[in-house]
Amino acid sequence: MSYLTIKDLTVRLKNGVPLLRKVSLEVKSGEVRALVGESGAGKSMIGKAVLGILPRAAKLTGGEILLDGEDLLTLPPKARRAKIGAKVALIPQDPLTALNPSRRVGPQITDRLVDILGWKRKQAEDRAAELLDEVHIQSPERVMRSYPHELSGGMRQRILIASAFAAEPKLIIADEPTTALDVTVQKQILKLIREMQERHDTALLFVTHDLGVVSKISQSLTVLYAGMVIEETDVRTFFAEPGHAYSRALLAATPKYTDPDGSLMPVPDSIISQVEQQVAAFDAQLKR
Amino acid sequence: MQIVRTLLTRLATTIITLLGAAIIVFVVIRVVPGNPIAMMLPPGATEADIARLEALYGLDKSIFEQFLIWIGNVLQGDFGTSITTRQPVFDLVIGRLPATLELSVMALLIAIVVGGSAALTATLYRGTKVEGGIDVAGGVALSLPDFLWGLALILVLGVLWPLFHISGRVSPSLGFEFNTDFYLIEALVRFRFDVVLDLLGHMFLPALALAIPLAAIILQLLKQSLKECMHDDYITLARTKGYSETSIIARDALPNAILPTLTLVGVQFTFLIGGTVIIERLFSYEGLGNMAIDAVINRDLPLIQGIVLVFALLFTLVNLLVDMTYAALNPRLRHA
Ligand SMILES: Nc1ncnc2c1ncn2[C@@H]1O[C@H](COP(=O)(O)OP(=O)(O)OP(=O)(O)O)[C@@H](O)[C@H]1O
Ligand SMILES: [Mg+2]
Repeated sequence: MSYLTIKDLTVRLKNGVPLLRKVSLEVKSGEVRALVGESGAGKSMIGKAVLGILPRAAKLTGGEILLDGEDLLTLPPKARRAKIGAKVALIPQDPLTALNPSRRVGPQITDRLVDILGWKRKQAEDRAAELLDEVHIQSPERVMRSYPHELSGGMRQRILIASAFAAEPKLIIADEPTTALDVTVQKQILKLIREMQERHDTALLFVTHDLGVVSKISQSLTVLYAGMVIEETDVRTFFAEPGHAYSRALLAATPKYTDPDGSLMPVPDSIISQVEQQVAAFDAQLKR
Repeated sequence: MQIVRTLLTRLATTIITLLGAAIIVFVVIRVVPGNPIAMMLPPGATEADIARLEALYGLDKSIFEQFLIWIGNVLQGDFGTSITTRQPVFDLVIGRLPATLELSVMALLIAIVVGGSAALTATLYRGTKVEGGIDVAGGVALSLPDFLWGLALILVLGVLWPLFHISGRVSPSLGFEFNTDFYLIEALVRFRFDVVLDLLGHMFLPALALAIPLAAIILQLLKQSLKECMHDDYITLARTKGYSETSIIARDALPNAILPTLTLVGVQFTFLIGGTVIIERLFSYEGLGNMAIDAVINRDLPLIQGIVLVFALLFTLVNLLVDMTYAALNPRLRHA
């Protein structure tokens, strides 16, 4: 069963320039889908559209975002916010800026449970301690009393992961959750996210520009270029025989497991111009 | 350890500030022409009369000697005797200080409430006509200094629509006997709300005049910091949790945005206290500032010195208070 269904999602800047071009994608319950593409392809924009946090400059001009079959875009703002808060969570990219520097860590994990979902404070605190234990943080009580600046980047990302899973969401959107971390920490965090996702059986939309990560975490993937879906397939097929020339080029531009230092080919200009033509044709069709 | 060192440095700078202020005033009021003794005596007084009185007040000695004597006395708690009223300067100043404190704190509260809520509202409605309107109001508020606002308020809310008192601190017709000089606090504590109302009616316009420019400054700075905070990642994360814009601004943005404003309010509050001198005169409000003007007009040297010392002490206390609040509000400083 598909938990998140995005249909023909179009997002434009206020001046009409499209950022997302009729994007459609699905994430099934308990499934991990990777969303890959180069910088600026619109990966984060998709996550923001689902979470209802599009920047002011951008406007959602068409399409549907179904959560468990219910179209979020037809809900009144307050109901939509409540639904997203209860069912979806974000693991942000930069753990150094995603925690409020003037609040203790504990309340930043429990606040959604208490304020939005109406839990008792004690109950929420017990739950937070339990989650911190799950993300392998020692002495959760002490950590919950700390301020973010007292903790390392890796610690903070663990806390944000714990916080994301706190309300047992059905869908988690992780937007390049390891990019801001040290390489050694990256692997641990990636492993942790997978571990948590499996334990809680949560659907996960994993945004990354690193194809090397994709095979380690996800079952399916969507390739994005210039806000347009280029290819959508399962991971095995993708790595065995990518369907689109751009995907093949992207794959060639990624270091291989077996040969991490092997020579890399940047995506050739000829292929870029080929996809650009596709984008232009798409835009022309939209205008008509 | 850190705290002890900070406090010691603080104490040292406070003493240097006070000493500096004392020296400057001491010298200036003696260099400026105008003889206090001549002003006290009837027109027919002889040179000998003047000399006798000058000797009595120690004014025949050199400025340096006078200063040493004065400082020596101050250190023993003797601030001298007012030349015009012949009362101890200490009693006069302590008697008037509460009136000025009540007025300035009231003005500060008005400025914080008005400026703060305007900044929060403008942030909530950023990019709309509401924000534009608030910006315009802030600009207008800053276009006049406090005493001109005082005049404008007297004309509009005192004369045209006489809604508030424009003179004095309390209506004598109330016949209320105060036991302290903190009238407002005393009336509140004694549950005499008729007196409270009367006091507020007197205090409102001068306090508002002092508050208007400060409110605009708070508005501008706080709004700017709030708007910057609204782009931060933890704000976005709070949005995804289901919080409304209002609670995000109040709970997540405000505590992070408030520190720069707090520092500025501290500095501006000392300016505001300085502003009470003219505002109290304008509203015939019996505070320290009003007394200071009389003291200057009469060349009442001991009284001027006493008042200046108290103002200087107030300023340093305000700065100390701001620093302490800053440290208390900023967890990064607290644990540093
Ligand atoms: N606040 C904004 N105002 C205007 N344009 C924006 C804004 N945020 C993003 N964009 C544009 O939207 C497009 C998609 O941005 P998005 O952040 O989704 O890219 P991305 O695929 O996540 O890239 P990255 O890997 O760098 O994070 C980009 O062209 C970007 O310039
Ligand atoms: Mg991104």
